[in-house]
Amino acid sequence: MDAGIVGSIITILFFLVFVAIIWWAYSTRNKDKFEAAGRLPFEEDPTDDNRHA
Amino acid sequence: MEATTYNYKVVRQFTVMTVVWGIVGMLVGVLIAAQLIWPTFTEALGPLAPYLSYGRLRPLHTNAVIFAFGGCGLFAASLYVVQRTCQTRLLSDGLAAFVFWGWQLVIVLAAVSLPLGLTSGKEYAELEWPIDLLITVIWVAYAVLYLGTIMIRKTQHIYVANWFFGAYIITIALLHLVNSAELPWILGGDTTLMGMFRSYSAYAGVQDAMVQWWYGHNAVGFFLTTAFLGMMYYFVPKQAGRPIYSYRLSIVHFWALNFIYMWAGPHHLLYTALPDWAQSLGMVFSLMLLAPSWGGMMNGIMTLSGVWHKLRTDPILKFLIVALSFYGMSTFEGPMMSVKTVNALSHYTEWNIAHVHSGALGWVAMITIGSMYYLIPRLFGREEMYSTRLINVHFWWSTIGVVLYIAAMWIAGVAQGLMWRATNDDGTLTYSFAQSVSAMYPFYYVRLIGGTMFFAGMLLMAYNMWKTIAAGKAVNDARIPEAVHA
Repeated sequence: MDAGIVGSIITILFFLVFVAIIWWAYSTRNKDKFEAAGRLPFEEDPTDDNRHA
Repeated sequence: MEATTYNYKVVRQFTVMTVVWGIVGMLVGVLIAAQLIWPTFTEALGPLAPYLSYGRLRPLHTNAVIFAFGGCGLFAASLYVVQRTCQTRLLSDGLAAFVFWGWQLVIVLAAVSLPLGLTSGKEYAELEWPIDLLITVIWVAYAVLYLGTIMIRKTQHIYVANWFFGAYIITIALLHLVNSAELPWILGGDTTLMGMFRSYSAYAGVQDAMVQWWYGHNAVGFFLTTAFLGMMYYFVPKQAGRPIYSYRLSIVHFWALNFIYMWAGPHHLLYTALPDWAQSLGMVFSLMLLAPSWGGMMNGIMTLSGVWHKLRTDPILKFLIVALSFYGMSTFEGPMMSVKTVNALSHYTEWNIAHVHSGALGWVAMITIGSMYYLIPRLFGREEMYSTRLINVHFWWSTIGVVLYIAAMWIAGVAQGLMWRATNDDGTLTYSFAQSVSAMYPFYYVRLIGGTMFFAGMLLMAYNMWKTIAAGKAVNDARIPEAVHA
């Protein structure tokens, strides 16, 4: 196989990996998990954080 | 015994130095902007003049604002965010101190060596081999410190900001090692004082150019974009008091940037000796970058949905959100400029300078300034900065300064490009090069005014920080909450 074929195969593989990532990010199964992750910066000791309202 | 407090010391050190180096770097910027109008004004300095000529100061400016100002801001933000979102103290206080003092040493060495003319001549990678080696050691220490802290986290999930910081740390290591591969003259027997510190690139010809701009563009992509997005994904939600608009979009944003950015470098070498297919590849990948960039911008801005009113009263939020707007603008402009036909007009003109500063001042500096205003009171035990009104003044000086700067350089660049390409009926050039230089004067004045306003804003920030620190007390007992499992 020449470098062009190898490059093409890798490009397609990377593309499929990327599609899989989108599927993983948006699958309903993971919805709650990611929403919880998004709240991570706020899960801290309230007395310690002096953010204003 | 397990640590019960966060390491705020290193964050505090880097935060203060962000403001200090911001002032230094932008002052040099103001100086060279003035030199372009009055090229001989530093000659009055007599024997010092050669060290402060434009060619020596320009790399000092770029290195100072990117790696000293931006770098310190990123160290501060990343080391704060990783602790707070992993709910654990940094892996090692000693390593943290080493990273801080090592990085300051690199900055001082750059400030000495660049005016001396010690440069490898690669843009944004000018520092010579002994400093390159030092950077490598410090960067590895930083990577161990940062990634090690993630490994000992108390939370289950790794918050997305850390993904961005992690990608930045790993990619910069890779870029630095490959692009800074060089052969010191000393290996060839050169033992003169200056020769000891000098080197040749390990690459030659167009390969050298491609390696350099693979580095150069990814320094923009991973240092000036990905890393500051890490900042954005923590400080925008915190300051807005709401979680990021779509966490799932942030995941796609992250991976799309990583997959695409690596290949966009050739757009710096359109119409050069680089093979045409590589140029087209760079252009296509640059165009694709628009999608994740705007996805990320929307994600940040939409975080404010429901609390838009906060923008009226909170100047820190103004900094963060206007930074995102500039991120959107410059990531639209970038792909557009990478289109070959547009590039034929824009390349080598002041338009590039406009684009760079729309990103560097509008996006990078403003997101950093906003984040530092968030951090300073927390690190010094205050409810808020000494003066919120001064933050607001700073915001308006910065915004008006950037707009003046980039508008002037846009017009200048387009005028320059059009003058260079204009031909008479017989094929001769309509304008001499000197005429195109002369046409720049009005725009250079406006740029100097805009740049000076931005610089003056940093002085306000320093004063505000000084007063906040004077009224506060260094916080070293920020308590780590009981592990919360996300």
